[in-house]
Amino acid sequence: MAVNPPASPGPGNPWLELDRTEGLAIEQLRAATGVPLTDPAAWIDEEVERGVLLTSLDALLGWGRRYSTWPAAFGLACCAMEMVATAASRFDISRFGMEFFRPSPRQADLMIVAGTLCWKMAPPLKRIYDQMAEPKWVVAMGQCAISGGPFAEYVSVVPGVNHIIPVDVYVPGCPPRPESLLHGLRMLHHKIQTEGSGLKRGR
Amino acid sequence: MTQPLSGREVAARIGREIPGAVLLADGLGIWVRPGSVAQVARFLKEAPGLEMDYLNNLTAADYLDYIEVVYHLSSMKHNHSLAMKVQCWGPQEPEVPSVYSVWLGADLQERECYDMFGVRFVGHPNLKRLLFWEGFEGHVLRKEFTG
Repeated sequence: MAVNPPASPGPGNPWLELDRTEGLAIEQLRAATGVPLTDPAAWIDEEVERGVLLTSLDALLGWGRRYSTWPAAFGLACCAMEMVATAASRFDISRFGMEFFRPSPRQADLMIVAGTLCWKMAPPLKRIYDQMAEPKWVVAMGQCAISGGPFAEYVSVVPGVNHIIPVDVYVPGCPPRPESLLHGLRMLHHKIQTEGSGLKRGR
Repeated sequence: MTQPLSGREVAARIGREIPGAVLLADGLGIWVRPGSVAQVARFLKEAPGLEMDYLNNLTAADYLDYIEVVYHLSSMKHNHSLAMKVQCWGPQEPEVPSVYSVWLGADLQERECYDMFGVRFVGHPNLKRLLFWEGFEGHVLRKEFTG
């Protein structure tokens, strides 16, 4: 049986440099993150003072935005199965104009982080979040994404995605049922509607 | 159902070919001297009647005084199985010859074992971390690792 020989671990190996770069990025991210980021939660104390014209413009903008939130597919673990079930016909996420799970962050408005985030996956998560165009929202789905869940004390697991990116809506559960996720998405819709034109989203 | 071979009988066979390689044997497995793992593995794979052509599992366990590397072998041809174990006593870092040249499937399993337990598989073509990242300190499944 002919099998390609694996690359040598020596200095001529191009993969070694990549491994080192990756490890360095992870270590830098780990060192930089200590406390969780603040949740953008100003919308909870709503009723911001607005002019009449802006109010109707905001309402229109919010209506348009909340019924066209395209999610970026970011399934990391078993929660992704529930996310897929939410998208499938029984629960049918397309009722809310969200049926397009985009494989590209450039076309997505919402990132549903479904599953355990390991440190090795954290730099890609941050990169994909940074690549998404404003306005953008994040849903942390499941205990692992919220706080690390049962793996919170393990060295390789990020204790909550809010250490890496700001989270708008937390959906608890292990894994959450599609109903829970839909409820979280409805809350997100409410948030998008109430937070207005997005001009004051200082991120 | 796969028949487990008696370790004592296999040990007697190995003893005739490679004297001194097997340190201990019981009804289920054999304990091999660290230096002769590759030789014994080659013998188990090629000896007529044994032909252990499949490495089910390669892992290790930390017993504080020593680290034990475990190989679960089975034969597709004869439908029997055997456990081969190696004890690596401290205080120096555990070192075991690689069985990559015998079973190609050992490639990733040895890398995982190195990642988790710090067992150096001498002769492995690309021994680097598998699950943790390059530059991570320590080996997480060692008892001395406290996070």
